This record gives sequence, C-alpha cells and structure tokens, in this order.
Amino acid sequence: MIKVLKPGLATSVQDLGREGYYHLGIPPSGALDQYALSAANHLVGNPPGAAGLECTLIGPELEFRRDALVALSGALMAPRLDGEVVHQDTAFQVRAGQVLRFEFPLAGARTYLAVAGGIDVPLVLGSRSTYTLGALGGFHGRRLQAGDELPIGEPSGQGRAGNSLPMALRRAVGGDVTLRVVPGLYYERLTAAAKSSFFAEPWTVGSEADRIGYRFKGGSALSFQPREQPFGAGSDPSNIVDSCYPIGSIQVPAGLEPIVLHRDAVSGGGYAMIGTVISADLDLIGQMQPNQRAGFVAVSLEQALEARRVYKKRLKAMTGLFNT
Amino acid sequence: MAETSPIRYSFGADEHLFAEVSDSMSLEAFFKGMAVTRAVERLALDGVLDVCLANASFQIRFDPDRIAPHVLLDAVQSAEAQAVAERTLHTRIIEIPVLYNDPWTHETLMRFRDRHQDPSGTDLEYAARINGLADVDAFIAAHSGAPWFVSMVGFVAGLPFMFQMVERERQLQVPKYLRPRTDTPKLTLGHGGCFGCIYSVRGAGGYQMFGVTPAPIYDPAQQLAYLKDHMVFFRPGDIVQFKPIDREAYDLAVAEVDAGRFDLRIRPLEFSLDAFLADPIGYPKTLQEALA
Repeated sequence: MIKVLKPGLATSVQDLGREGYYHLGIPPSGALDQYALSAANHLVGNPPGAAGLECTLIGPELEFRRDALVALSGALMAPRLDGEVVHQDTAFQVRAGQVLRFEFPLAGARTYLAVAGGIDVPLVLGSRSTYTLGALGGFHGRRLQAGDELPIGEPSGQGRAGNSLPMALRRAVGGDVTLRVVPGLYYERLTAAAKSSFFAEPWTVGSEADRIGYRFKGGSALSFQPREQPFGAGSDPSNIVDSCYPIGSIQVPAGLEPIVLHRDAVSGGGYAMIGTVISADLDLIGQMQPNQRAGFVAVSLEQALEARRVYKKRLKAMTGLFNT
Repeated sequence: MAETSPIRYSFGADEHLFAEVSDSMSLEAFFKGMAVTRAVERLALDGVLDVCLANASFQIRFDPDRIAPHVLLDAVQSAEAQAVAERTLHTRIIEIPVLYNDPWTHETLMRFRDRHQDPSGTDLEYAARINGLADVDAFIAAHSGAPWFVSMVGFVAGLPFMFQMVERERQLQVPKYLRPRTDTPKLTLGHGGCFGCIYSVRGAGGYQMFGVTPAPIYDPAQQLAYLKDHMVFFRPGDIVQFKPIDREAYDLAVAEVDAGRFDLRIRPLEFSLDAFLADPIGYPKTLQEALA
C-alpha cells in the first residue's frame, strides 16, 4: 500500500485509458503522456497498460507501506527517496516506510510513477483511469487527497532494480514544441488570413491547461468567413450545430484562443474545430507547462500515419527489453 | 432518403472520421445520421472503437493500426449509400419532473450575472422576452408543452442534448452565456441555441438555466432501478416530456432518490418522422398520451 502524505496539485491514477464510451460523453482518459507511463511500467516488469500515478507540476509526497519496485518517467521533477536522489527512467527499490518527494519540474509537466504490480484500483468500464468530471474510475473517481491509501497489485517478478531505459528510447521534454496538425473538420470556414496566421505565428500555453484541454494564447485572433448562421448553430461565426469533438481537435471560441482537447475531453459542443493534432504528438502536449512556447505545423493524413508508425516502433522497442 | 445532399466527411487526424450530415439542425438530418451510424455499427468493423452520433453529424473513433483510414471511409460511404433512413423508431418516452425557477440555479445565475446578455433579469425572464412570450409562465408552458427528442448524448458523461418537437417557427432559441460559467448545479435544465439539455454533473457550462430535476441521469454507482442497466440513462432517440412540479414534490422526489426508491415514468413508443412532419402540432400530443 502507498499512503498519500501530500496529494500534489493534480495527482490521479491513470492507465492507457478506456475506449468505447465516447458516444455517451465518457472520454478515453488515461495518461496524457502514454509513452512515459508505458516506459515506467516496462521498467518495473508491468504490462505497459498497468495503472500508475500521473503527477502534474507539483508532485505528491508518498509513503510506501511495503517494499516495492518503482520507476519514474516523464517530466524531470527531482525525485528524492528519503532525501536521496533517484534517477529518472530507472527502476529503484523502495523499502517499507520510505518517503518519495518531488520538486516543481525542471522540464515537462507530468511525471509517471509505476510500481511493480500496478495501482490496484477496480476496473470501471474496462479501465482504471480516473475521469474526474464524471467522478469515474481511478481512486474513488477523483484526484488523490492526503490520507488516501493506494493498494498495490501482485508484481510479475520480471522487474529488477537498476533496469534503465536505453538512451535511444528516452525522450527530451521541455523547450519549444511543434505540434503537427491535420487541417480539416471546419477548417474551410476560416479566412485565408486566419489559416495562414494560425500556422505562422508562435503561441504559448495559457494558464487554462489541464487534462480536458490546453488553451493557447499569443497569436492573432482568427477570423471566420462571414455567413448567415445555419438554424441551430448559434449566432457567433465560430459556432456550429453542436457536434462531436475528436481527441486532439482544435477549437477557437469567438476566434480568440485555440483550445486543443486532450484525453479527458468534453465529447462535443458548438465550436467549429479547425483541425486535429496527430496522435503521435498528443504526448508532447501532456508535457507542456503554462507559458511554454508552441507552434503548429500542417501535415497530411499520410504524414500523420507515418509519424504514428515511428512512434509505435519506439514504443514496441521497449517490449521484452527487461525480461529476465 | 429525404435529404439528398451527400454527407461531408473529414478526418480528425489519424484516429477520427468526422461526418457532417447537415450544417443546420433538423430531425431529418438526425434520422439520416442515425441510419448511417447504425449501418456502420452492423458492419462491426475491426478497429472501429466508437461510433458517436450527434445532432446533425457523427464521428467514428478508430485505430488506424487495425483499419486504414481510407478503408474505413469507403466502408462508411457505402453504408451511407445503402442505408435506408428509418422513418420510424422504436423508442421510449420518459417523463422528467422539473422544478422550474428553482433556488439553486437562481443563486448560480445571479453569481455569474456579469457573463450574461441581460444582467438585470433572470435567464427565464430573458428567454421569455427574446422568444416573444408574455412572461416566465408562458415560457415554462411552451418548454413543457411539447416533448423533446434526444439528438445527442455527450459534452460530459451522460448529458442529453434535446430538440423540441414543434414547428421551426416555435422552436425556443436562446444564445449561450457571453462567457461560460465555471459552475452549474447538477441536474440543471439548460438551453443554448435550439437545444435543451440536462447537466448530468456539476461543472462548467454556457447554456441558460431554467430549473432542476430531482432525477439523476448519470451515476457510476448505479443506485436507482433505471440506472442498473447502465450508468448513463439517456440514448439518442429517447423522447422526453418535462413535467413542472412544485417545491414540495421536488423535495419528496429528492428524498426518494436518497432512499434509493425513486423511479421514472417510462413507456415504450413508436415514433414516426412522417407523422410528425405531417402534423407537428397534433402528433406530439398522441405521444404524450402514452404517459397517461
């Protein structure tokens, strides 16, 4: 069992998410950085989809009540075990009674903690991920609170302290980020000037940046072509008849600040979407801090599929690396 | 199919196929989307993760490692070509009790008045005025006078979007708040554009607020009888009739909910789109009789 001494800013139990309920308004949820959670799981001998902790910006303070094999991957949050530095992307042994602490990230926004055996909360709709808006899954459907006691599952025995992710499979976090976007959906409703400025100008992450979506600011307002609004669409030119929102889709309410939806997305609404961030780049968003700089670049669907192949190949390269 | 223009398809990057049936709302567009999505579901394509029906559009979430995007698009387009829009629907009508003009949405709307078009009044007063109705009572009479069709479930878990069964000229229309609220009471009746909704959970929202229902419509613990089958109660195609209740009846219903005894009046029903289009005033009354 792991006892939560301090919960941190927004720590939640996440696995790789649940599929098949988005049509009822229940989004996939799961780790915003799926690569980092998978890596941490591999290091401790878990299946990549075991449930771990997603620790955002201000990490938790955790007391382990039993011996455990642990690994951290993702944001660099200066983890210390009873004051001793522990290394990122490397499995380490924790003794019962030891306390793990973090600092504000030097780079990245979310670090993932995997423990051998996984966080053993019940499966809800096929997943252990927390969907906070719906009070569903995870630990009592919510972020962690002080005093919570997290059950740990049975370790596979495959993990070893010292297992370390090869440098070629590690990813840098932080710095300027370029997000690849397939233009589409209601993109053609933008004026030519807006289409051009959206991709040409630099943006920064706004303060409203969470698991539902990331708001970006700093670029020019985006104008939509004037039209007589269709029945039911609402009066603003950025309005449409409420429709479904893809994960990664970019909406621009009133043309002002683009919002990229992420894995706890609202499943639909009445704002025109102008394109979608490709699946291979969603992890990058999960590692962005407020005020970090970002740019958007247009790619084709074929390029999105190629990027996905590259991404999946790296993920797959971790499989079996640490089997004894 | 009555709608002759083809569906507009667009990929939401590599995991979503988005389809706009019509850029304006109508029951015909909804029925066409429903016919195509049901045909796609029957294909049971490997790699299709979720088929999401919306008011006048739909979206398919897929795994491109298992089905190539253009293979999916071809399959959906052939389903579109072959789908016969069902003009009738086996569904159910549900009576939802509502305390209109309740104290909780009133407190919330006063708290966010600076984000509203008309800071001097309430959402109900504003909605009555801009829809040309004499007063709040007349608005409530219109809102609860004809049944509503659930045309989408989403935004957050289990939230129904509803489209009232009246002629287009009588559709109640209100803009959303100028800036969204950060809070909406749980089980608030909302309205934005031509759509009504019931906020299934507490949270942010931009729709005007008219009242609350005591009836839970989403519950991961599934404590009430009508939520035993699924934690989400509503499905697209459901028909809803609102029933105004007073504070006493509301409090009683809440006590029943807390005791786990509350139930909804639900009746099976056959809905005919053609019968509605032929007689949009008389036909909905025959639907209401099913609840008697």
